[in-house]
Amino acid sequence: MIKSELVLRIAEQNPHLYQRDVENIVNAILDTIVDALARGDRVELRGFGAFSVKKRDARIGRNPRTGETVPVSEKVIPVFKTGKEMRLRLNGASNGASGASGAVPTGASIAARAAD
Amino acid sequence: MAGKTVTRADLSEAVYQRVGLSRTESAQLVETVLGEICDTLERGETVKLSSFGSFVVREKGERIGRNPKTGVEVPIEPRRVMVFKPSNVMKSKINGGDETDDE
Repeated sequence: MIKSELVLRIAEQNPHLYQRDVENIVNAILDTIVDALARGDRVELRGFGAFSVKKRDARIGRNPRTGETVPVSEKVIPVFKTGKEMRLRLNGASNGASGASGAVPTGASIAARAAD
Repeated sequence: MAGKTVTRADLSEAVYQRVGLSRTESAQLVETVLGEICDTLERGETVKLSSFGSFVVREKGERIGRNPKTGVEVPIEPRRVMVFKPSNVMKSKINGGDETDDE
């Protein structure tokens, strides 16, 4: 699924919204995540996962084709850690348990289902 | 500055500010978007969000693990994991540069 398909699906579930509004909504969410990471903040979305950043020290790299050494400067990389509920859902736990598992908020799936 | 944690509430606030829907509806839409992404991944489908990154589901085979505390070998069952691959746009924004402004 790509972003435009995601927008289309959300728009179908919310006929009162223009497609461009949905596009703005999706972009607002993604931009907020990126901006937070750019500030060095962490983004925690229960039931889905958490985004954070890690610093990578400068190092001496090597061009694998020519064998030349190249300096690689210090950089920051984004990392994502899958949330517990998501990990369980990926492994089929949701079929039997998700509806009943009150321990983890399943707001996302409930909202998605309530919409149709 | 750094060290703050952004949550769903902040995402809803951003939607509220930018789109002008009610706060309740903004919060609901954040849930719908995340829910839709989760549902897609649960089906094993990749989610590609341009200028953000992609979420891919990977099948892991069985392997022998070891309890690091006791040293006892335990089989790790085959399972599905999800990985996030950040886009170049995201990586360059996080590094403070806009050189690769693809959009």
